[in-house]
Amino acid sequence: MNTNRGDTAFGAGQAAPAWRRETLTRRIAGFFLRDRRAMVGMILLVVMLFAAFAGPRLVPYEPDQPNVRNRFAAPSWSHWMGTDRSGRDLLARVLAGASVSFRVAIGAALLALVIGAPLGAVTSYIGGLVDDVTQRCMDAIIAFPARLLAIVLVVLMGPSVVSLWFAIAFSSIPRYARIIRGSVLDQKEREYVEAAHAIGEGRLAILFLYILPNVLPPLAVQVTLDFASAVTVEASLSFLGLGLVPPTISWGGLLNDAQQWLEEAPWLAIFPGAALALTVLSFVLIGDAIRDHLDPRTRRRGRMR
Amino acid sequence: MRMIRYTLLRALQMIPTVLLVTVAVFVLIIIIPGDPVLSMLGYYADDVTAVPHEIYDRMFRELRLDRPIPIQYLYWLGDALQGDFGKSVVFRVPVIDVVLSRVPATLYLGTASLLIAIVVAVPFGVWAAVKNDTWVDHLASGFVLFGVAVPGFWFGMIVILVFAIYLGWLPSIGYVAPQEDFLRFLKHLIMPATVLGLDVAANILRFQRTDFLDQLHQDYVRTARAKGLPGQVVIWKHVLKNSLIATVTVVGLNTARLLGGSTIIETLFSYPGLSRLLIEAIYARDFPVIQAVVLWMVVLVVVVNFFVDLIYAYLNPRIRYTTA
Amino acid sequence: MALLDVHNLTVDFNLGVESLRAVDDVSFTLEPGEALGIVGESGSGKTVTALSIMRLLDPAARITRGQIWFDGRDLATQDESAMESIRGRRIGMVFQEPMTSLNPGYTVGEQVAEVYRHHLRLSHAEARRRTIEMFERVKLPGAREMFNKYPHEFSGGMRQRVTIAAALACGPSLLIADEPTTAVDVTIQAQILSLLGELQRDMNLALLFISHDLAVVSELCTRAAVLYGARLMEVGSTDAIFTAPRHPYTAGLINSVPQRGQPLQGVPGTIFDLRSPPPGCRFHPRCVHAQPRCNREIPELTRSPASTPVERGHVYACHYPLDRAGTRPT
Repeated sequence: MNTNRGDTAFGAGQAAPAWRRETLTRRIAGFFLRDRRAMVGMILLVVMLFAAFAGPRLVPYEPDQPNVRNRFAAPSWSHWMGTDRSGRDLLARVLAGASVSFRVAIGAALLALVIGAPLGAVTSYIGGLVDDVTQRCMDAIIAFPARLLAIVLVVLMGPSVVSLWFAIAFSSIPRYARIIRGSVLDQKEREYVEAAHAIGEGRLAILFLYILPNVLPPLAVQVTLDFASAVTVEASLSFLGLGLVPPTISWGGLLNDAQQWLEEAPWLAIFPGAALALTVLSFVLIGDAIRDHLDPRTRRRGRMR
Repeated sequence: MRMIRYTLLRALQMIPTVLLVTVAVFVLIIIIPGDPVLSMLGYYADDVTAVPHEIYDRMFRELRLDRPIPIQYLYWLGDALQGDFGKSVVFRVPVIDVVLSRVPATLYLGTASLLIAIVVAVPFGVWAAVKNDTWVDHLASGFVLFGVAVPGFWFGMIVILVFAIYLGWLPSIGYVAPQEDFLRFLKHLIMPATVLGLDVAANILRFQRTDFLDQLHQDYVRTARAKGLPGQVVIWKHVLKNSLIATVTVVGLNTARLLGGSTIIETLFSYPGLSRLLIEAIYARDFPVIQAVVLWMVVLVVVVNFFVDLIYAYLNPRIRYTTA
Repeated sequence: MALLDVHNLTVDFNLGVESLRAVDDVSFTLEPGEALGIVGESGSGKTVTALSIMRLLDPAARITRGQIWFDGRDLATQDESAMESIRGRRIGMVFQEPMTSLNPGYTVGEQVAEVYRHHLRLSHAEARRRTIEMFERVKLPGAREMFNKYPHEFSGGMRQRVTIAAALACGPSLLIADEPTTAVDVTIQAQILSLLGELQRDMNLALLFISHDLAVVSELCTRAAVLYGARLMEVGSTDAIFTAPRHPYTAGLINSVPQRGQPLQGVPGTIFDLRSPPPGCRFHPRCVHAQPRCNREIPELTRSPASTPVERGHVYACHYPLDRAGTRPT
């Protein structure tokens, strides 16, 4: 039975668009050049990364250098972001906080990926009871509000960069496991996987050769968006005084300090928060752009009168 | 009849999740580094001599540490089901009393922020979808980006700075019970509820817009227009009903997010809710309270999701008739 | 006077950087109570033609030329509110996908009753009564019980009966059916077709029946129009077109209908990309009889010289039409 859907599909057999024939790197580069959101996000991210890793060397102040004669100085040419209650330069402190934020966020997002993805792949490939039990455990983790879970875990493990990685990563693990699981279940049924079985390729080889390429795009989106949430969660933990403690400088800690001096020195709250928001924004812009690029639904244009 | 069967079925599915959650919360106490008796009494070091013998022994028996761990868990679960979570180290009263005293404030805050989020996000999302690719849509996208990227506690500080410190319109911190003074209750509620709602509003708006846009391209929309129904009727009758069915789920999923966010917002606004209690308990190492609050919060999320599923099934004729 | 007179209809799609012509200079007429089949492959422009008459085109599409005369009014220039009073009231339309063309969130009864309430301003009770009558008319078994059912409880055939009921509720004079039986299985297809034929006679409906299936069109329609690549290839009575097609494309289509004792002979090749149509006759790249002239000149619609009743109104767009025996004269 013919089930063509009317005249909406214009022209069969058109040539593949030019970008399909390009290499992966050029495709990615082209994507960032063509999508305005992705480009803005990428520029922001590069600026923030540069600030985090090269910035401290460009500022003529040490982040921990007090100057009691210059306490609560408002932003000026000599102190672009002003100074705090000990007269320390806020710009130097915000830049120092940036590298902490990036280290924690990138570690946490990658850790969740490294645990979640193989877990999802292996359990769904095995199937049966193992898969069921894992699924129930994932349900239980998802039932926890992510930030609550991070708080509880960081309290249990104590404040350190590594325990922050685990605490923040933990609630993301089910998301990766599910992305992979969905794809594995889908691909398992496909003909080429059966064909690969038939020609005698091992399970692991099939996993890597056939399933991995298909889950890479959704994983990339998830990792990018996870960077964004990890930056926020790390900042909120430090804000609550549960994350990295002084002398380590973090944006959440700076904001926690700022709280008491909101009236006297609002810049103490404004600048670290703005740095935080711009970092999150850069990841969200990139992640959203990739997701929309992959999902034809959101790309569709149309309007009703 | 089908609805009742579906309800029971769904309730049964909830049990394993809740059990796993209780196990996790119970294990919390076991895996705290150090002596569990000392932890439960709020001590940091492993210095047994710091505690009088009789108190240590009583706590040891109360925690049933002489029994195997699974038995300990069953006793603990039994007590918890009866509302007995032990005694608060800090407040020296039963944990359940401390928790219950904080529940209303959190419910007010949660409900208010959810309402604000829904009232802002749903119509805005629909509007953005209908006016796809116009300034309305771009404004909505900007709002979503703002809500997602700007952390609540920073936004909260800015709001305090503007409305409490510079304008002096609203109190920056604290809480007044509604039965005491309703106007002051509202004044204390509005800032934290708005800040907490923003994050959730961004999520709901993003979803609502995408889903509505998707619905607008469904075949049934064309059929409805072919019947001569005006565009407004098609949008507000045909499309809205289908889209709202899905909105219910998203709102439900966001309650967990809301509770997670409330830990920060309640702390920032010194708002005496459950989340603030949790943070206070953590600072004071009041482990019985930590255990109880975490359990309450997670069970709350599970129960909310249960009701969301029921509402979804009730609204969606397909689920109502086929799943049961 | 013709009920529907589509005159030089041209529809362009604006796809951002490029554009394409989905309907190109298409003309046909439809008398009251008459059934006209529009035949073509997908991408030939038949659905776009139908949606143009309803003015339900995609926002990217525009009627750039031509008129659509219906009841003395040019639908191509009517505003939205005028169209709303015509759709569902004077022209009904049935779509291809019965599974998705009903709203899953409302009962099937409501989806018909709202048409009565909207167009005829009937009360809820009266609309309900008329809906049940209509359900009986389209032979939904147990019409009264069906009212409160949801679409997902129905089979594809039953849903298509519901959409027919909604389209015919207000007694329109024209029904447009866009491949109404493509998505249902063969036995249901036969039932729906006989129902459509019956309703068309009983209600004195003009029927614009869109299909890629020549056999179905020859069964239901008295006249047929053949579209290829957005242009009309041939229009005439079904008898004329099926017994003596003058256009090689029509002949190819007829050959592709499986017939007992004859080998299946599809039209070779595939339809071109509408964004870059071939010069001259649209069909010449696939035409076995193509001559150099076919590559240069677009053939105009020409009237068949024969004047038998069957040949009356038979037109075709071909430089070298086939003769009555179906072969090219030398």
